[in-house]
Amino acid sequence: MTQLALVIDLNVCVGCSACVTSCKEWNTSSAAGPLCDGNPYGAEPTGTFFNRVQTFEVGTYPATETVHFPKSCMHCEDPPCVPVCPTGASYKRKSDGIVLVDYDKCIGCKYCSWACPYGAREFDEAGKVMKKCTLCVDRIYDKGLPEKERKPACVRACPAGARLFGDVHDPDSEVSQAIREQGGYALMPEWGTQPANHYLPRRKTQLHIHEDELERSDNPLLIDSELPQPGTGEPSLDDVTSW
Amino acid sequence: MRPAFSVIFLTTLIGAGQGLFLALFTAESYAAFDLLPAIAPGFLAAGSLLALLLLITGLGASFFHLGHPERAWRSAAQWRTSWLSREVIALPAFSAIVALYGLVHFSGANPTLGMLPSGAPIKVSAVLGSLGTLLAFLLFICTAMIYACLRFLREWHTPLTVINYTLLGGASGFTLAAALAAQLAPERTGFFAGWAVIITLMGLVGRGASLVRNRRLKPRSTLQTAIGIKHPRIVQKTQGAMGGSFNTREFFHGKSVFFLRRIQWIVVTCVFLVPAVLLAAGVWGSGIAVLAQAFAIQYLGLLAERWLFFAQANHPQNLYYQAVP
Repeated sequence: MTQLALVIDLNVCVGCSACVTSCKEWNTSSAAGPLCDGNPYGAEPTGTFFNRVQTFEVGTYPATETVHFPKSCMHCEDPPCVPVCPTGASYKRKSDGIVLVDYDKCIGCKYCSWACPYGAREFDEAGKVMKKCTLCVDRIYDKGLPEKERKPACVRACPAGARLFGDVHDPDSEVSQAIREQGGYALMPEWGTQPANHYLPRRKTQLHIHEDELERSDNPLLIDSELPQPGTGEPSLDDVTSW
Repeated sequence: MRPAFSVIFLTTLIGAGQGLFLALFTAESYAAFDLLPAIAPGFLAAGSLLALLLLITGLGASFFHLGHPERAWRSAAQWRTSWLSREVIALPAFSAIVALYGLVHFSGANPTLGMLPSGAPIKVSAVLGSLGTLLAFLLFICTAMIYACLRFLREWHTPLTVINYTLLGGASGFTLAAALAAQLAPERTGFFAGWAVIITLMGLVGRGASLVRNRRLKPRSTLQTAIGIKHPRIVQKTQGAMGGSFNTREFFHGKSVFFLRRIQWIVVTCVFLVPAVLLAAGVWGSGIAVLAQAFAIQYLGLLAERWLFFAQANHPQNLYYQAVP
């Protein structure tokens, strides 16, 4: 069974919001209708987005770190938003695990958004239906695109390469390896929703240099140190003796 | 959560309608077992009509909650998994039974279908009434479970939610029945008012328990589990939106802690204490004016109670929006 998902590396994300704008651009131009904005050029612009980047400051100044935190639908393996939908407009695809909304069946009761602990769903004020990340389902299977472009718009846009996309049920996939080897974790594990999307934690990169490494005493040929001076009667040997 | 007035009116209106029907059939059952003198069918018919009006008005209010009300018929589809879908089926089914029950009493065509071993007759109205009672309780369960089934909204995820929806609907219904009886069947006023006092006081215990529980709840999700960074001090700097988003509007009530506390005292006073005193006066023979006041005050109090029910629910998604007041 396939479960497509995103893996987001918080150690790499620089908070440029390229994924946000690329997502909005692709999905607002899709056949499913626009992601509507309200008051886009006014003082208080608002609108429907599938993906947003938030910023958190961790620690107390001066020992602080800035963490940029992109968040979209987790495509949970046990999505709490799906069974509550009264019309069946919200559903999880068996074939690839993507959680989708059928915009033609949605009655706009917003109950699914109450049932999502991550706040991943957004009500479109103009379309009057609930909208959410589709993992660019209209892109990743498009045979008209070259194979390397068949990825979600956010993954394609990320200049830092912080977003990985793939099947988290395939142990050999890039995303599974990243989760396994780099400590990938899920958000709010306490609710048992089993989010398919994972995050890779911040990592400290530290380099320890010991004094003996500076002196290169581990150099077997002692290239940097003074070479021995055997007696002139001894046979000479290139690079080993001083003459 | 931001309280939606369409849902506040839906739940309070149909709750009163269900309670009123239960009150009517309780009185008829007492009469069927000779615990009370027979009750005038005209009163039962008028009561059923009033209950039906409350149910239809509530159903009408619910449409204002929908983005696409013209597609509302689709919402009966997922009754296997969704309590909302079950409510959508239970409400019209119950309304239909209430209508039939009222019609039987209005027309006077209430034939006997059989006899109980004790010799008491089984009338059509008794069958309809029993079915209606079952559906009324099912509807209370469906309505309350819409909220109680959401496990991470811990203020709602408790059996108290179901108990309180039932008790508060029952209390307002019996109060309304007492007021109606004061006008149409004065000799039954004491019966309804007495039960209304009892259910109101039970409601006070149930809702009081949930208010105390809400105050003691410790959040299970924290900002640390929400973003997966285990540091005690995390400050949010941006929220991913300039002028707010659906997430900053739908899940925040925007009122102060003091405002909520004031509403809480209004609820305790208007839903429970004042109606209990007025109903007790009704038991000792006060007229329609006092009992109508009791219902009006209790219903207005229930609007505040339902507002508080929504406002007190802290959605875990709010952890991602630390800077919303």
